[in-house]
Order: sequence, then structure tokens, then C-alpha cells
Amino acid sequence: MSLPVIFLYIAVMALVTYLIRALPLLLVKKQLLSRFFTLFLNYIPFAVLSAMTFPAIVYACGDPLAGLLGTLAAILLALWSKNLLLSAVGASAVAYLVILFL
Amino acid sequence: MSDFNRGLRAGLPIVLGYLPVSITFGMTAASGGLPPLAAVVMSATNLTSAGQFAGSELILSAASLVELIFTMLVINFRYFFMSLSLSQKLAPGFTVGQRMLFAFGVTDEVFGVASTAEGPLTFPYTAGLVLGPLLSWTGGTALGAYCSGLLPGDLSRALGITLYAMFIAILIPNCQKSKKVFAVTAAAGILGCVFYYLPPLSQLSSGWTIIIISVLVSAVAAALECRREGARP
Repeated sequence: MSLPVIFLYIAVMALVTYLIRALPLLLVKKQLLSRFFTLFLNYIPFAVLSAMTFPAIVYACGDPLAGLLGTLAAILLALWSKNLLLSAVGASAVAYLVILFL
Repeated sequence: MSDFNRGLRAGLPIVLGYLPVSITFGMTAASGGLPPLAAVVMSATNLTSAGQFAGSELILSAASLVELIFTMLVINFRYFFMSLSLSQKLAPGFTVGQRMLFAFGVTDEVFGVASTAEGPLTFPYTAGLVLGPLLSWTGGTALGAYCSGLLPGDLSRALGITLYAMFIAILIPNCQKSKKVFAVTAAAGILGCVFYYLPPLSQLSSGWTIIIISVLVSAVAAALECRREGARP
């Protein structure tokens, strides 16, 4: 594929992605009235994050054992410190150690 | 501290989390045959990991534009719900132009932080929140694309967990605060595994399963809570 065509494809990707993100923010101006819908939107973030994480996190490092122990580390660190950075770095460290030594 | 600085601070974990993924993306795309500049431009204009990995594969396999559009729609459709959810949380002063700018930065991680942040979202806050990750995502891609042998393989693989660990760090405190949130999180996680391992369902691409599971679980939770509220005297 030639360079100009590649950039065309990239532009199309960007446009599609942007429209998906922009339309709701541009069209939905008022606070939505329906109780159901408000609750629904309130829960969506957690459902989405969870569905994305499990079980994908187990396989995120190539080695499932590293993934499993890294997940455990992430959960424990999050429970103990509530610090985003620490949980992320700690989980990676544990995964790295597992990959190196197990 | 100004809102912009608060946003920058809030975005720091995302900045770090994006580095390994964007470097990996840059390396993978470049070694697959994508010109490094194309990879960098892609990252700067798209800001999505799953979508970019899929999109670059399609480009490298010379797929049709139609297939590209359809794939991008499916994989990225969850952003529609995320934006919809965030639209309810914007502070009163948000102009149309500011919405258009913020929309560009609605990624999984930005959504995770923004949707669980205290109080309504102001434009300066969202600007700070998005700026760091945008720079790190693009910069990391450049690093990976132009210097492929950067990280030792084992370390690069271990860092693959970073972004997911961030999701967990966002989920857990909220689960502790609310049993309902915990139930939604647990249900979605369990269904995620079910859809991954069970034969007929495992055929579905991850884009579809995420949409199906999140809509299903959230709708059921909202319906149950509505019913409970209605039944209260």
C-alpha cells in the first residue's frame, strides 16, 4: 500500500473513532431525565472496565501465571493503597519477576 | 491548584501506563511494515490502543476501506457509551467547541478517571487530563517505531499488564464504596470470562463482547434499582 493511501486509511480510522466519541458529547446537552437511563449510564463505566479487564489481564503478559499473579498484586495494592500508580507499577513488577524466575 | 493542574495530575498514571503499550504498538507496527511516521500520525489522531492495533493490521494486509470502517466501528463503539456517560457529568460552562476538543481524548483510561472523579468536569480539568496521555501515547509510539530494540523482551511483556492494573485500581475503591458497583463489576467480569471461554460465545470479537456485556449488566442493574426505588413507600 502506497504512503498516500496509508494516510487515507489513517484519516478514515481517526474520523470514525472521533465521531463515535464526539456525537454523544455534542448532541446530548441537557441532563437526561429518565431515572433508568441515568442509572444505566452511572453503571456503564464499571461494567465496561470490568468486561475489558477480565479475563484479558491474565493474558496481557504472554504468560498466564505472570498475568494471574500480576492481577492479584494489582488487587491487593489497590485495596491497600488506593494509589493508581503504585498498583500499576507493582503489578508490572510482580509480572516481571514471574516472567524472569518462574 | 488550578483545574488544569488537577487534570494533569490525575492523568499521570495514564501517562505512565500508555508508555509500554504505545511503545509496543510503535514497534509492532513498524516491524510489520508500517512507516514509522504513519504509526506516529495514527497515534496522534486516533488515541486508541485496540483500534490502532486492529487498524494497522488491516492496513498492512491491504484490507478494504469498508472492512476498516466496520472494524473500527465495532472495536471502538464502547466510546459512544463512555461519551454518553460523561455528557452527564460536564460542568455547566462547557461550550460546543470545548466538547469537540474533549471528545477527541475520550479513551478507556481517560474515561475511567473522568467518570469517577469528584464533581462535575470543567474544560480546564479535561484539557489537563487528556494532554499528558496524548503526548505520552504519541511519544511512546514514536519511540517504539523508530527504535525497535528499546526494551528487553521480558520487561516489555511484563509491562503489558500496566494498563489493566490501572483499570483495577480505578474499579476497586469504587467497589468498596458501593455494593451495587461491586455487583456490576463482578457480574461483568464473570461474563467476560464466560464469553472468552465458552465455545459459541468465544467466537465473538472482543469489541462485541464488551458492548454486549456492559449494556446487559448495566441495564439489568439499572432496572433492578429502578424497581426497588419504585417499590419503596
